[in-house]
Amino acid sequence: MRHILSVLIENEAGALSRVTGLFSARGYNIDSLTVQTTEDPTMSRMTIVTHGSEDVIEQITKQLNKLIEVVKVIDLNEADHIERELMLIKVRATGKDRDEMKRMADIFRGRIIDVTEKSYTIELTGPGEKLDAFIKALDQAVILETVRTGASGIGRGERILKL
Amino acid sequence: MEISGAEILARCLAEENVEFVFGYPGGAVLEIYDAIFKQNNFKHVLVRHEQAAIHAADAYSRSSQKIGVALVTSGPGATNAITGIATAFMDSIPMVVISGQVGTPMIGSDAFQEVDMVGCSRPVVKHNFLVKDVKDLATTIKKAFHIATTGRPGPVVVDVPKDVTQAKTVFEYPKSVSIRSYNPPVKGHPGQIKKAAQLIAEAKRPYIYVGGGAVLGNAAEEVTELVRMLNVPCTNTLMGLGAYPGSDEKFVGMLGMHGTYEANMAMQYADTIIAIGARFDDRVISNPTQFLSQAKKIVQIDIDPSSIAKRVKVDVPIVGDVKDVLKDLIAILKETNTRPSEKALSAWWDQINDWRKPNSLWYAQDDEIIQPQFVMQKLYEVTGGNAIITSDVGQHQMYTAQFYKFDRPRQWINSGGLGTMGFGLPAAMGAQLANPYADVACITGDGSIQMNIQELSTCKQYHTPVKIINLNNGYLGMVRQWQEFFYGTRYSESYVDALPDFVKLAEAYGHVGMQISKPADVEPALREAFAMKERLVFMDFLTNPKANVFPMVQNGKGLNQMDLPPHMQNMQLTPFENNRDYGNLC
Repeated sequence: MRHILSVLIENEAGALSRVTGLFSARGYNIDSLTVQTTEDPTMSRMTIVTHGSEDVIEQITKQLNKLIEVVKVIDLNEADHIERELMLIKVRATGKDRDEMKRMADIFRGRIIDVTEKSYTIELTGPGEKLDAFIKALDQAVILETVRTGASGIGRGERILKL
Repeated sequence: MEISGAEILARCLAEENVEFVFGYPGGAVLEIYDAIFKQNNFKHVLVRHEQAAIHAADAYSRSSQKIGVALVTSGPGATNAITGIATAFMDSIPMVVISGQVGTPMIGSDAFQEVDMVGCSRPVVKHNFLVKDVKDLATTIKKAFHIATTGRPGPVVVDVPKDVTQAKTVFEYPKSVSIRSYNPPVKGHPGQIKKAAQLIAEAKRPYIYVGGGAVLGNAAEEVTELVRMLNVPCTNTLMGLGAYPGSDEKFVGMLGMHGTYEANMAMQYADTIIAIGARFDDRVISNPTQFLSQAKKIVQIDIDPSSIAKRVKVDVPIVGDVKDVLKDLIAILKETNTRPSEKALSAWWDQINDWRKPNSLWYAQDDEIIQPQFVMQKLYEVTGGNAIITSDVGQHQMYTAQFYKFDRPRQWINSGGLGTMGFGLPAAMGAQLANPYADVACITGDGSIQMNIQELSTCKQYHTPVKIINLNNGYLGMVRQWQEFFYGTRYSESYVDALPDFVKLAEAYGHVGMQISKPADVEPALREAFAMKERLVFMDFLTNPKANVFPMVQNGKGLNQMDLPPHMQNMQLTPFENNRDYGNLC
């Protein structure tokens, strides 16, 4: 089953490689990983999307907690949460396709952030499925380039991950 | 006053009351060696290979409760240390390893003798550091000692670039450090401990299963009290030997792949298992599905939450320091006068004593060929069970575990987790330095001893009079045994046809060498050797080349499906009798 783990970790050199090393050494999967410092510059927050049985996820959580730099780990799946991914997608946009492409971006609440004579670059955020759906909705031939971040997740409402 | 990083390092080690540093100099650490030369707080032991430095520091720690410290140079020095570090990591041994690194401006340039030690050692350390600024050095060392010795112990590597050892700053050693992300648990949860007591009260066939964590956590006294108070059978893992007295009646022997028949049968058929600092390793329970086929309740006490329920489901997990948790558990049991049903226990003991009768460790010793078990038995007698025993890895290791009855913790030192050949001799050096007046014996084989035999030279230099007991069968014995069992007796590369003359070899290093080929000579030779208090004696016992270790549980099988020793194969054995009067619940 897919799980989304949020990890608060000391913002130290090498901390990220300890986390990824743990996954590779123990044969766990990382589906996506995003990381950036938090409002406290000494701390980073990672969102790790992974999958595995309940036992495996329990082990992953315990092993993450065992890392000296890891301050806190929560499994966002345990309660309501919100997930977002960012995609930048560059599409061919010429002639009458230009209007069509603009409409598509609007429908998906995307924003065109770069324009040339022949192309648009669209910024799109949302859950992974929404971004998948956008790609699917396009004529594949017009897609020039896509780049996506991994998911970032946060608990809903009062559920807060903080030191 | 500003002093150099190297001097700071030496001062830090002195502050930590370090007694010995095991190491080997090289370009990147010359500054540190110069600082060592100028101080008298600790002694440096020059090994002949960095792997041996780590093993020696490791055994120094295992045999003394102090922390092992090693110092190696960058590049090859550091990589040579990796096997030793991994050994300590697998067995959770507190250790600080200082490795030299090329100067910070050179890092990443593929400089001479540069290796990314933080990267190389990451999977096999509890934690590691690269010190980039001399101002951080003292605090980092303090943190390293703190991390290595607290919680589940383990090795910590501190990588120190050469320019950091040369740079100067004011030395201030912090009295304590706190790391916000590192707060190892100590106290077990009182509610969980109560639940454990409840399970004990309901148990019909309880079993106390004790691992290396009880030794590391210095909980032997509590383990012994618990077992005696409850009158419950006790087994130790390979790493746990000595946590409960091996010569005691309630001890049913080691369990696992080469455990005794009674210990394994009891593990398989127990209805309640109290696991103390033990992690249900594959060499212990073999296949978890087979193991859990019996309805079982499991209490597991461990300081490391990730060790709990890793391989088997656990009914009552208790995270905490074993000594602390056991104290609390014993207090509750006493307070509430909780004991398992006497009637059930007595039936359980009857069953276990029936399993004991065939004596699964029995072997036949004739007048011609020395059986390896016989040497172990005689060693036990000659040393009065008092020696500190280190072992290498292989058949001899298992014979030792089976035949030497360890009554004290920290008396038995072996590489249980990683199974590192070449561990025994450097470990014996380390143990002897930590216990200068003790008899220290290294049990080894002709394969293992050759993996770090150069340390005979270190033993000479530091007058460590260890007794080396080489069970020489001309084979990689355990490999040969497996090839017999699983590979149609095709002895692929397990036969060593170019053994040195070990007696001459020992003499070449300035030690005493003996070769023993007759059973009648075993005991006199041991007596003679142990009487030479000041000398290292290398005893080369020519033993039965075809002897195998029994009982044996093959991979994937249940603990009740042992390959039994020849004398038991045609015996009428008592099966598990569920209809014994254990009481109503079974």
